Amino acid sequence: MDNILNFISTNQQIIYIVILMIFVGIEVIGHVPSVLHTPLMSGANAIHGVVVIGAIIVMGKANTDNYLALILGFLAVVLGTINVVGGFVVTDRMLEMFKKKPQPPKAT
Amino acid sequence: MGEHLLTVCYLIGSVAFILGLKMLSHPAAARKGNLVAAFGMVVAIAGTIFLYRDGETGQRLHNYTWIFSGLLIGGVVGILSAKKVKMTSMPEMVSLFNGMGGACAALISLVEFNHLSKELGEGTVKVASIQPTVLIIALGLIIGSVSFAGSLIAWGKLNGKVKDYSFTGQNILNLIFLAIALCAAVYLVIDPAQHFLLYIILLLSLLYGVLFVMPIGGADMPVVISLLNSFTGVAAACGGFLYDNKVMLTGGILVGAAGTLLTILMCKAMNRSLTNVLVGSFGGSNKSGVSIETKSQGVYKEISITDAAMVMNYANKVLIVPGYGLAVAQAQHICHELEKILEEKGVEVKYAIHPVAGRMPGHMNVLLAEADVNYEKLLEMEVANDEFKTTDVVLILGANDVVNPAAKNDPTSPIFGMPILEVENAKTVIVNKRSMKPGYAGIENDLFFQPKTAMLFGDAKKVLQNLCAEIKAV
Repeated sequence: MDNILNFISTNQQIIYIVILMIFVGIEVIGHVPSVLHTPLMSGANAIHGVVVIGAIIVMGKANTDNYLALILGFLAVVLGTINVVGGFVVTDRMLEMFKKKPQPPKAT
Repeated sequence: MGEHLLTVCYLIGSVAFILGLKMLSHPAAARKGNLVAAFGMVVAIAGTIFLYRDGETGQRLHNYTWIFSGLLIGGVVGILSAKKVKMTSMPEMVSLFNGMGGACAALISLVEFNHLSKELGEGTVKVASIQPTVLIIALGLIIGSVSFAGSLIAWGKLNGKVKDYSFTGQNILNLIFLAIALCAAVYLVIDPAQHFLLYIILLLSLLYGVLFVMPIGGADMPVVISLLNSFTGVAAACGGFLYDNKVMLTGGILVGAAGTLLTILMCKAMNRSLTNVLVGSFGGSNKSGVSIETKSQGVYKEISITDAAMVMNYANKVLIVPGYGLAVAQAQHICHELEKILEEKGVEVKYAIHPVAGRMPGHMNVLLAEADVNYEKLLEMEVANDEFKTTDVVLILGANDVVNPAAKNDPTSPIFGMPILEVENAKTVIVNKRSMKPGYAGIENDLFFQPKTAMLFGDAKKVLQNLCAEIKAV
């Protein structure tokens, strides 16, 4: 019990962030029209590519003789970067299709 | 100084993600929103590379050659594959990218655990002090691998390489796999020295990911990808916990929450519950789909191009219902051409868009927008359903399940309850399909056998080209 309470109070900042972010995430896309479901999914897909930062940290901390860590970390950086870069470019290409409309009358 | 600057970088990144996501959900601002999020990402990544210092040792990152070559390779592959992919295959691409994000999270967990278990072996850390870290590592590994394996299967399904596959008791077996993986994770937290457990967790999670997506039918793939997308978000957030990294945490949780809501919204568009999709009842009811398939097909009527052209030429109002067939045939431009020709002849032409027509919600809107079809001509389902009553000709281009009356009339149908376009209210229905084969849900469509329906077989692009020529000639 003490352990759990201790954990909560030492990590309270993070716990606050998690709770608030859950609400922000839900609130922010609450009124999305169905037309934008696919681009939005794709955009969110690119954003979670932020995991590549973790890969960079793993890579940057690995000892130069620890080949397992280097190889796995390298793979992680490559995959994460594909996720980020590919994700944003594909989303942009999807949204390119919408740009010509001067005033899209979307209400839903 | 550097560390404080990094905090600012992460702050900018987090705010950019929130703003970007917000803008992405409004048609007018969507494209800018994507750029805002991308900008935030660049700031956060660049900040990490140049300013990061380890919390305990204060060391800077090294291995820059490895990092930059990884970024370079990933960047080039990402840009090329995203630029080259065809409009119709974009959904698959998103799934593939998502899987890579999941794999990235799983790899991070693997490396970090190895690191920890080495420290544990040397006795530099105490078991109690690393238990929370191990928990997060295990969670990141499970979620990341499920997302990776699931996304690959979803990708394979969307491009037709993987067929639906299910067997009795599959759901139970899936749950057992997941339960064992979770138990192993708990045991690993209690005794982190048992490092072989990590590989069992990895294996089971990958297996679970495969089996979880395998039985779910193609019509549900968008929902599954959206769900896996939010999984990867949570996996990224685990990384944020691990490194006490705020931008990973906010970005990951943001996508996790928004992705979950988006998944639910997509389910709502199909009038199904998330659990219904998750348990895989769509694919699970495959057997009933098969039995309907073997039923006699009844009699259908064919119509020639000339007759179809005639009917449409003399109609007052034509509604076009696009579906996946249009996307596959890349017929959106010629479809717009037909619309223009008909309008010159004084025919009112509009499009009826089902929210889940095609392979992804919004698929048809994107496709028609590419062909410069006026936004105002695209009717959403409710509006279109009111208009069918006053419509002379409905032209269905490669859509099937979204116009299947079984969704309204047949409670045993796997798509029962899904809102559909009520095309049978129009005077005439012309259906363009390549063959009588059932659509993605694998079920027969009674619409094709109704007396007012006429079939116009052939590839959508060819048929539309011929139609245009005929109507011009009238």
